[in-house]
Amino acid sequence: MSEYNFAYLDEQTKRMIRRAILKGLAVPGYQVPFASREMPMPYGWGTGGVQVSAATLTPDDTFKVIDQGADDTTNAVSIRKFFENTAGVETTEETEKASLIQTRHRIPEAKLREDQIIVYQVPIPEPLRFLEPRETETRKMHSLEEYGLMHVKLYEDISQHGAISTSYAYPVKVSGRYVMDPSPIPKFDNPKLEMDAIQLFGAGREQRIYAVPPHTKVVSLDFEDYPFEATKADHPCDLCGAEDSYLDEVITDDAGSRMFVCSDTDYCRCRREAGHTGRMTKDVAA
Amino acid sequence: MYVAVKGGEKAIENAHSWLAEERRGSTDVAELSIAQIREQLSLAVNRVMAEGSLFDPDLAALAIKQARGDLIEAIFLIRAYRTTLPRFGCSNPVATAEMACDRRISATFKDAPGGQVLGPTFDYTHRLLDFKLAAEGEVPDAPKGAPRDEPTPHITEFLQGEGIIQDEPEGDETPDDLTRQPMEFPSKRPLRLQSLTRGDEGFVLGMAYSTQRGYARNHAFVGELRIGKVAVEMDIPELDFAIDIGEVELTECETVNQFKGSKTEPPQFTRGYGLVFGQSERKSIAMALVDRALRWKELGEDNLGAPAQDEEFVLSHADNIQATGFLEHIKLPHYVDFQSELELVRKLRREAEERITPKEAAE
Amino acid sequence: MTPLLQVKDIEKRYGTRIGCSGVSFDLYPGEVMGIVGESGSGKSTLLNCLAGHLEPDAGQVIFDTRADGPVDTVTMSEPERRMLGRTDWAFVHQHARDGLRMSVSAGGNIGERLMAVGDCHYGQIRDRAIDWLGRVEIDGSRVDDRPTAFSGGMQQRLQIARNLVTGPRLVFMDEPTGGLDVSVQARLLDLLRGLVREMGLSAIIVTHDLAVVRLLADRLMVMKDGYVVEAGLTDQVLDDPQHAYTQLLVSSVLQV
Repeated sequence: MSEYNFAYLDEQTKRMIRRAILKGLAVPGYQVPFASREMPMPYGWGTGGVQVSAATLTPDDTFKVIDQGADDTTNAVSIRKFFENTAGVETTEETEKASLIQTRHRIPEAKLREDQIIVYQVPIPEPLRFLEPRETETRKMHSLEEYGLMHVKLYEDISQHGAISTSYAYPVKVSGRYVMDPSPIPKFDNPKLEMDAIQLFGAGREQRIYAVPPHTKVVSLDFEDYPFEATKADHPCDLCGAEDSYLDEVITDDAGSRMFVCSDTDYCRCRREAGHTGRMTKDVAA
Repeated sequence: MYVAVKGGEKAIENAHSWLAEERRGSTDVAELSIAQIREQLSLAVNRVMAEGSLFDPDLAALAIKQARGDLIEAIFLIRAYRTTLPRFGCSNPVATAEMACDRRISATFKDAPGGQVLGPTFDYTHRLLDFKLAAEGEVPDAPKGAPRDEPTPHITEFLQGEGIIQDEPEGDETPDDLTRQPMEFPSKRPLRLQSLTRGDEGFVLGMAYSTQRGYARNHAFVGELRIGKVAVEMDIPELDFAIDIGEVELTECETVNQFKGSKTEPPQFTRGYGLVFGQSERKSIAMALVDRALRWKELGEDNLGAPAQDEEFVLSHADNIQATGFLEHIKLPHYVDFQSELELVRKLRREAEERITPKEAAE
Repeated sequence: MTPLLQVKDIEKRYGTRIGCSGVSFDLYPGEVMGIVGESGSGKSTLLNCLAGHLEPDAGQVIFDTRADGPVDTVTMSEPERRMLGRTDWAFVHQHARDGLRMSVSAGGNIGERLMAVGDCHYGQIRDRAIDWLGRVEIDGSRVDDRPTAFSGGMQQRLQIARNLVTGPRLVFMDEPTGGLDVSVQARLLDLLRGLVREMGLSAIIVTHDLAVVRLLADRLMVMKDGYVVEAGLTDQVLDDPQHAYTQLLVSSVLQV
């Protein structure tokens, strides 16, 4: 693919995206409009994340792509391949070794460092969208900090279900100012949003970029008497025995038997290599 | 042990080879050439150029071939390609009044300078399958007339001369470019028109149709519809004058709509505008109707709450590449989100059961 | 005493047509001002100018804010005005649908203003919602029902509860009893009178129904063709109308 520029996008476009990223970092949680380009993968499949990664990558970077926490899901493979071809950067599956991580729907379990950047793919950047479909109105609500409606939604959840029934894309308030959609990560990941690494969010179809700088306060919205809870399946991983990681539930036979495995494949692999075992690997190890 | 659908590279590669084979179809049948698609499926090529926003019949034909005839997929290929092209500058506005018209009709005047020219239209064909086409054979030559040398004036010019139609003064402002600027609301008309001309034909058609059925009806007449080639000129800084860099085929539609007047302005007709690459008649008429419906604010009309009047609704959903991508992304893995929902529903059910059970026990 | 609201020479035009013009008055804390007139007299235009929904072409609307004392709300920034709109000001629409969120429960409707100013204790918000439902004579068991399940009179009472829950100092009401049955109107008027007295509310009520102002308003302004033609104490104006138009209004009611 040598006919394309490094990381596919032309330099002018990258500069435009970098300006949006810098603005996003300067105003944490604020959605910066940007002239999203058509990418050779469909809108809704990570075009925002891909553009942010393309504008952020340097030839020295080591790139990791995960989808649902895993490096080997088809869309992750496809995006990794895209950058291998267009940027020729080194890629890795090890969170530890990556300098730039593009993700869809998960934050890795391993704590990220100050010298790392994580790029989220965002389908709908507007946390108020399903309460108010009009862009003109939601932008006004953000600018005037009118977030009462967001709490009305949570209030209605509790009054109907006895609990806040948002389990992913759980809204947060960033740096005491903007309410932000953290992308469809499970709410289990929300506490990790306060981290040492730079977090960039790209929504290609919706033409928005936003960011959370390192060490920024990120609070999940809740009520004092119904505090936010980061939940996960109440099991250890059946492969590595981890009790602190987010789990995928897998149906293993026609009778509907289940097993639970780490959604973060690299985390699980590292633990198994370090000798940890779970329900289904104990016998093998023994 | 069952392994989750973590497909990986091999699966993707295999899928691609299978796709290539399916695209080719049976090798007993001769392969389509790009030229055949360009020449014989020209309206499909036109649609791909219009919605792909790139005037290049050969590339559009290639895209159709590669996409196995799925026009939205072909449009996507063209869009993805066009973003990578370097931009040398922009052309001068094309002069559609100078168009060499293959077709030019008006529904508002029986005759006008330049005449009514039917051109190659399906309009008065009887829609009967022509089984002769199933066999091969040459088409007899169509009769030829002398081409018109002088330009064909726009019908609306005659109305404008009389001052009876709303004036559209030429602006010197450089309009925003939809491919370089994010769409923001309230939008300006140039961005709206750009969005409509590359918008999905079916969507724009449906929106236009809804205005005709009473959802913000605006009583449109086709003032003029013209199809033909126009020259594309560009200013070359070093040369100090504009040079022809090629020509494109366009379909232009101007509608003449219900008159309106206000305290300050006498009653007059208003207009809607459609301009689309290639011979794209249905699309350009639909575009003109939707354009007109979206102008309610500027023309001091009431917002009737009709979908076609709602620019956020129309412009945010007109692009089929955005729409199809987002629609189809729900087939990507979502098991992390789904897992989260599963746990929540299980928890809520558990709690609901606990609330119900003690009550029953007490009874 | 500083007036709560000082209205000075408010004018609003629609093109060459006058919406309202030359309107001035002071409203003191605890006072209820009625504005009457036929449809097209400019009373709703005036109310919308006062409440910040329309921008007047001229004039001032000076409100005695808690923090900074008297401030012209016409020239204040939109965030400040919106803040007033959800704290010290309230607006009761003629049609409850315009003032309620129809797809949100009664509790959520009442709680919204509380949450908008930062309340984030679910139990307390809910308790206050139930308390307010009681005060507008709606059974607390309806707290989780949506307004769509309520009668017209109940919807209007819910709208009032939603507006008064934050203890506003000034309430704008646009034909609050319009569109309700006569018996329902009477009950709503009783309720409003009770609330106004109990909370010491200041209010500006626009209506074409003289019975409403007779019952609720301390003072009265009569509008015709965009101008105030007569103003004074309610009883005085209604019992001894001076302007020919007011006389007509009063007599037309008596005839009915």
